[in-house]
Amino acid sequence: MTEIKLVDAPAGHEGQGFFATSLEKVIGLARANSIWPLPFATSCCGIEFMATMGSNYDMARFGMERLSFSPRQADLLMVMGTISKKMGPVVRQVYLQMAEPRWVIAVGACASSGGIFDTYSVLQGIDKVVPVDVYVPGCPPRPEQIIEGIVKIQELVKNESLRRRQTVEYKELLASYGIM
Amino acid sequence: MDQVNQILEIDNDYILTKVKGWIGDRLIDAGMQYDIMNLIVKPDATVELLRLLKQDEELKFDFLTDLCGIHFPDQKGNELGVIYHVHSFNHNIRLRIKSFVPVEHPVVQTMTSLYASANWMERETYDFYGIIFDGHPDLRRILNMDEMEYFPLRKEYPLQDATRTDKEDKYFGR
Amino acid sequence: MQQELIKKINTSVGSLDDSGKPIQDYNILNLGPTHPATHGIFQNVLKMDGEKIIDAEPTIGYIHRAFEKIAENRPFYQVTTLTDRLNYCSSPINNLGWHMTMEKLIGIKVPKKADYIRVIIMELSRIADHLICNSVIGVDTGALTGFTYVFQEREKIYDIFEELCGARLTTNLGRIGGLERDLSPKAKQLIKDFLRDFPKVFNEFDQLLTRNRIFIDRTRYVGGISAERALNYGFTGPNLRATGVDYDIRVMNPYSSYEEFDFEIPVGETGDVYDRFLVRNEEIRQSLRIIHQAIDNIPEGKHYADVPEFFLPPKEDVYTKMEALIWHFKIVMGETEIPVGEVYHSVEGGNGELGFYVVSDGGRQAYRCHFRRPSFIYYQAYPEMIKGSMLSDAILTMSSMNVIAGELDA
Repeated sequence: MTEIKLVDAPAGHEGQGFFATSLEKVIGLARANSIWPLPFATSCCGIEFMATMGSNYDMARFGMERLSFSPRQADLLMVMGTISKKMGPVVRQVYLQMAEPRWVIAVGACASSGGIFDTYSVLQGIDKVVPVDVYVPGCPPRPEQIIEGIVKIQELVKNESLRRRQTVEYKELLASYGIM
Repeated sequence: MDQVNQILEIDNDYILTKVKGWIGDRLIDAGMQYDIMNLIVKPDATVELLRLLKQDEELKFDFLTDLCGIHFPDQKGNELGVIYHVHSFNHNIRLRIKSFVPVEHPVVQTMTSLYASANWMERETYDFYGIIFDGHPDLRRILNMDEMEYFPLRKEYPLQDATRTDKEDKYFGR
Repeated sequence: MQQELIKKINTSVGSLDDSGKPIQDYNILNLGPTHPATHGIFQNVLKMDGEKIIDAEPTIGYIHRAFEKIAENRPFYQVTTLTDRLNYCSSPINNLGWHMTMEKLIGIKVPKKADYIRVIIMELSRIADHLICNSVIGVDTGALTGFTYVFQEREKIYDIFEELCGARLTTNLGRIGGLERDLSPKAKQLIKDFLRDFPKVFNEFDQLLTRNRIFIDRTRYVGGISAERALNYGFTGPNLRATGVDYDIRVMNPYSSYEEFDFEIPVGETGDVYDRFLVRNEEIRQSLRIIHQAIDNIPEGKHYADVPEFFLPPKEDVYTKMEALIWHFKIVMGETEIPVGEVYHSVEGGNGELGFYVVSDGGRQAYRCHFRRPSFIYYQAYPEMIKGSMLSDAILTMSSMNVIAGELDA
């Protein structure tokens, strides 16, 4: 019987029939291990994402079993592939439709900074239109690299303060993108 | 029996003779480039020539392989060009037909009445070069944004976005 | 008041008007650029009467990366990285097609050994491309199991590509004049293992779907097109062969020694989704046959032509020999002579005739470089193919046509 690896419990006070810890740690733990991603796959990185979802580099073991194609029900926007200037408004609209807390991961060189396409029609990085949390470089990144990006997102999610989305800095960040 | 005879007789010279018979002096030039014969014709002869090539029982050039544009800023009066590649399945011969128009009045006849595949290819050529296809059912930009005001593949425009502010040219060797 | 309300209800949508025809009101549905079922980003605005589609208007260009403009600003051997990203499911075919175009322009004859290895690589990528398309047709009908089996096998193909050139997906494989390295013993072993293990898994995938009652009901007589309309629309590749026309560039204008291989061209009858599925399945089997013949008969010789002006010398020579260093410098700085002229060369890609039209003015960059992309040309027929069918049939038609967004917009 193989051992199933379980997530470590956070530090806390244990007693007969109860376990006391801080709310942030519990919610962080729950959120980090059950992220619902929105795969926004546009080009070649999308094929590597399909390979990551396959059984060789399974992404479901990180809790991302259920892909949500509806932004209203998604936590993580995974932008994979080149975003052209025609597509920029669509990315922004999808981001605006997501509910807080939301994270964005830019997979691939094209989503991070325009990639090899320094042309008149390609948006040079999606951080021109939406705030990004993790950038995964590569053209296309290997599935192991995409999984490393996902693990970094999981750490961000686990350690995020519950009040972060109401802080002044976060509101300033959104205001710099023109988002209310 | 007919098929074998046709395969023996049809070659580029035979096609050239037939084409000269059809359009006469509207054929400006003809020559071989690698393994495909080029025909340069006047812009008002393109549709007629391609229709005759398609409907001719012997030649049967009934497949439009490709349609693209080209810009030669140095050829005054003949800057923009449209290039057609046609293919005859029966005889396995390809032809390339070119015609040039001036940049002030870039109007060419449309090929959509003959080949349905020319629809989007002409829209792409219009999008990139600004060549107007007279008679096209829906001539508008296809790949670039509709609000774009210039025709990007013409030689006077650069590759990079001219309005980028976050890139220092000296770090990128420009 | 009530009389007016009743009159309004009795003359609204669905009821008959004065002349006896039903009043119709259409629903506009935006099958938007981001949609789980459109594999790639293109938009379709559908005009629907309930569930039936009356008209469709496609909008593309959401991933336009201006390949043709970039290719005018890059030396010839750097354009290979662009061609990778055209049909990224089978990128070695694009790369080798570009190299063959260059070899035709310059006039280089590639030795037989390089031809045979190129054939093996191209057929492996064709298998990879068809596997994605067929498993995704299964996913769109709800059969997700085939997808997981097939992607496991694609990992094996990726291992072979990695052994040959270092990358999995965007391979940038080959050189002008041949290949950068010979088949290593490990690569040969991987290919032989693949040929031994893949048919069993493929037969399982076949058994899951091909005679499956539900699959046949979903795909038979759906999204069909006749052969004359297909030729008028410029179809090539498996979509055209499913309508009955056996046009295959490998047989019509053979390149890279394809005339020495013995294989058949599978042809369908009606051009519907089921025929396309079957044609692709059979092409996978024919590709396996070609790879068997190629790997058993690789001739002796070098894997590159003797053209030091275009073929980058191997790195160990560059570091030790003077001539190799000079040639390397000359090639990278672009001081080699390219003939003036224009050439058109096409290869049989995963989707059909992938053509490269290059106009060269003698400089180190192409003057004009145009890619004849099959997906762009046959996607025009999509509104005609789905007129009158249901929405779920429209989704299946799109996924069976194997429209790759990178190739559509270039």
